[in-house]
Amino acid sequence: MIVRTIVALALAALAASACTRASAAQLPTHIAIRIHYSHFDQTKIDVPMGVPVTFTLVNDDPIDHEWLIGDEAFHARHRAGTEAVHGDRPNEISLPPFSIKTTTLTFDRPGPLTFICHFPQHEAYGMVGVVMVKPG
Amino acid sequence: MRGFLAGLAAVAAALIVTAQPAAACAGLIGPNGAVNLLRTTTFAGYHDGIEHYVTSFQFAGGSGQFGSLIPLPGVPDKVEKGGDWTLQRLIRETNPIVRNDARSLFAVAAPQGVQVLMEVRIDALDITVLKGGGPEVGRWATEHGFRLPPAAPEVLDFYANRSPIFLAAVFDADAAKARGQRIGDGTPVHVTIPTANPWVPLRILGLGKNADDRIDADVYLLTDQRPALLPYPFANGMRLDHSAAATSALLTDLRSDKGMGWIPRSGWLTKIAIDASASQLTYDLAVDTKGTSPSRVAAGLQAPPSPTSSSGQPSSDQIALIGIALASLGAIVILRKSQSVTA
Repeated sequence: MIVRTIVALALAALAASACTRASAAQLPTHIAIRIHYSHFDQTKIDVPMGVPVTFTLVNDDPIDHEWLIGDEAFHARHRAGTEAVHGDRPNEISLPPFSIKTTTLTFDRPGPLTFICHFPQHEAYGMVGVVMVKPG
Repeated sequence: MRGFLAGLAAVAAALIVTAQPAAACAGLIGPNGAVNLLRTTTFAGYHDGIEHYVTSFQFAGGSGQFGSLIPLPGVPDKVEKGGDWTLQRLIRETNPIVRNDARSLFAVAAPQGVQVLMEVRIDALDITVLKGGGPEVGRWATEHGFRLPPAAPEVLDFYANRSPIFLAAVFDADAAKARGQRIGDGTPVHVTIPTANPWVPLRILGLGKNADDRIDADVYLLTDQRPALLPYPFANGMRLDHSAAATSALLTDLRSDKGMGWIPRSGWLTKIAIDASASQLTYDLAVDTKGTSPSRVAAGLQAPPSPTSSSGQPSSDQIALIGIALASLGAIVILRKSQSVTA
């Protein structure tokens, strides 16, 4: 039973990550992003517009990270921002060491959004990814 | 977030230039990613199966606390205050400008946690010897206020897979001032490590630095005979500056310093200069003290056969590749205690 469950989860994850060319209706609404060695394991993700999309964020590292998603103006503000810890907004998630957090977002406009960790040096180190919102 | 850290950066930058402890062969980083570019000096002596590692933390003024993580090749027997002139004497030995009469110039699945093997206070330094894997040591450091750079998780694993022993040093600048330490005063630390063969971690010098940042460091090795080193031939910012039988004058001088009575009657002195960009420094210095075949694993040119578990002893093979080593160096990080939030 455990093996079946693992296989089922693996297939679900595979399906989720393999839908980049699928139509919006077929795009995943549950996405897991793992952080390991200060890198996101997925950096290009397609999601559907207008429906809730749940992100499960897994920080495997012994250091703090964050997952902030938005447009360029949003990131410009965060590069000059003043918040030490995030958590009140679904698109701004702080991830302590070895933590797992879940957030749900509904994207109302098509186009690319970027997710970045804005801790010092982390963006330059490569902690950047893109979510492409696709219309239905 | 960046702004909060940028606010810290102003604090940190000030601390970096005014209050950093400069550990030999280590670089300091702050929340803004700034680094110091001090040339540092480390001594790794190897005799009778014992590694003697001498480094120094230099008080540069300011206030607050700073930390350094240093991977070690094995569990130290002793961590104590080092002698007063060993590092200076070595510099004089290989620096032609001061060659005259050296004798007169003395002067998720969350890790289990680390095992604290030793805690020592030396002047304004709090030193803790830890045993654990990369995640465990990283977590310990985070929980104790270290702000590790983004490369730290991978680099800590890199070293923990060779030897799960780390030395964490926290420098209390306020305590240093209270002790009357003046800017430029160094606190030498002497670590005694029984081990089979020496290696010197160099890759960790680039931790927290940008790819183009320069790394300047001098590593002195004293071995019973001429060692074989790897990487070889020297390249990518590593240079052999000195390789010769140690002079009697040097050995006599070193032996007369505090804690240096182990210095043998004869030996071979090697000086390795590191003048590299951080992106070049992808290797460590493997040393075979018998002059035959240094380990490619110890040099970081090849992965270990299997990772060392966080709770296990390093295998004999790993010990063989490890050796002295020392790690000089460490990833240094600013402690969060000095941070503030500018909501």
